[in-house]
Amino acid sequence: MTTTIERDYSLIGSDSDRAQEQGLVAAEWYHTEIPRKRMKALMQRRDGPAIRDTVIWLALLALTGFGGYWFWGTWACVPFFIAYGVLYGSVSDSRWHESGHGTAFKTQWLNDALYQFASFMNMKEPTLWRWSHARHHTDTIIVGRDREILAMRPPDALRLVVNVLGIRDAIDVVVSVVRHAAGRLTAEEVTFIPESEQHRVYNEARAWIAVYLVVIALAITLGTFLPLMYIGLPSLYGRWLAHYFAFTQHAGLAENVLDHRLNSRTVYMNPVLRFLYWNMNYHIEHHMFPMVPYHALPGLHAELREDLPVPCRSTIAAYREILPALLRQLRDPEYYIRRELPPSAKPFRPDLHQVVFEGSPQP
Amino acid sequence: MTGEGWVRACEVEDIELEDVIRFDHAGRTFAIYRSPDDTFHATDGLCTHERAQLAEGLVMGDIIECPKHNGRFDYKTGEVKRRPACVDLRIYPVSVEGSAVFVQLG
Repeated sequence: MTTTIERDYSLIGSDSDRAQEQGLVAAEWYHTEIPRKRMKALMQRRDGPAIRDTVIWLALLALTGFGGYWFWGTWACVPFFIAYGVLYGSVSDSRWHESGHGTAFKTQWLNDALYQFASFMNMKEPTLWRWSHARHHTDTIIVGRDREILAMRPPDALRLVVNVLGIRDAIDVVVSVVRHAAGRLTAEEVTFIPESEQHRVYNEARAWIAVYLVVIALAITLGTFLPLMYIGLPSLYGRWLAHYFAFTQHAGLAENVLDHRLNSRTVYMNPVLRFLYWNMNYHIEHHMFPMVPYHALPGLHAELREDLPVPCRSTIAAYREILPALLRQLRDPEYYIRRELPPSAKPFRPDLHQVVFEGSPQP
Repeated sequence: MTGEGWVRACEVEDIELEDVIRFDHAGRTFAIYRSPDDTFHATDGLCTHERAQLAEGLVMGDIIECPKHNGRFDYKTGEVKRRPACVDLRIYPVSVEGSAVFVQLG
């Protein structure tokens, strides 16, 4: 018999205090030992791969966008806009992420430029998400600390389904951008955005509103919503793949552990998906060593493989464990997928893990 | 090396060009750098953002990048170069005598 504990995922609630008391905040995390020489090689920055990938991405956006324009008014435009939407609303997510870490390019201004560009496409306010994501890396899937937990326990099924097309995200972003343009942050945001950075949040929100007003004015002037098919709407109709990828990262796995091998998921993907996702399928590796650029993650994976749980063989294999886990969590929020580590690996801080694992039912 | 506060930190050959090592002394932790042009430098060892060990980070020219959140500093001046780091690093005088690297911590 297990006891269900109600979780408070807000950053200013009881679980935030509890995480602090349990030593889960800004704690030391497990990482595999890698010789310094090898680690230095893996961390090296290059401009070449990201320039190549960005040129391909922008060219595909231009080609599919042109196809949509050319066939506008006929059914033939649909596949072009499906492709354009994915490139705009989903592929931008991995570009936002990598440039936010400053690891996409060696040249810093290229990272900064891509970060602003991809943030806009991805409906992630740049400064807000820079700090949110720093917190996600400090306190990964720690309840009351990490605001980027997608699948809470129990999961909000309606929200998850509606959000396949980014509808819930869009509503949240509209409210958030208007609030920020008015010069206000929420009580939660104040906990992770330093005062010295808050003016950036406000200015970015005002710039976004200005861009959207121009696009809407253009659509009204031209008497067509075609401009919105290129800017704005693809963040919704093209968002599904970003969510498909994002759920593979942590959904269904343990909360409140200090070991990314237990709360993150590495999934093997084919080269096309890895291009679209910029190798974030190596997600345990990314969390363990966030300074390793995306193009070096396959090499990092080879270094760590013996110390990691067996990766999921495909995204379908990942969803075969995620969906049943989320369905079970609807009625049993204490359930989670317990990762098996290789026999040679030792759990980090088993004292903490024992607290988390006690009484957790298994399939 | 004589004089107030000077401490022998390491040997020259302990650090590769364009790299960093950790140096602990009297309960404190420091980072000792060897630049690409073969000069030596020292800063506090922990990132001013969330106290990660900078010696596990990446040296790129005059820049040290924190291994945890990728914040960056100029290790010669201590100046922040990239968020999420917002507070400059403290730097320390360094002197090389023969094969030894000394840091003035006083």
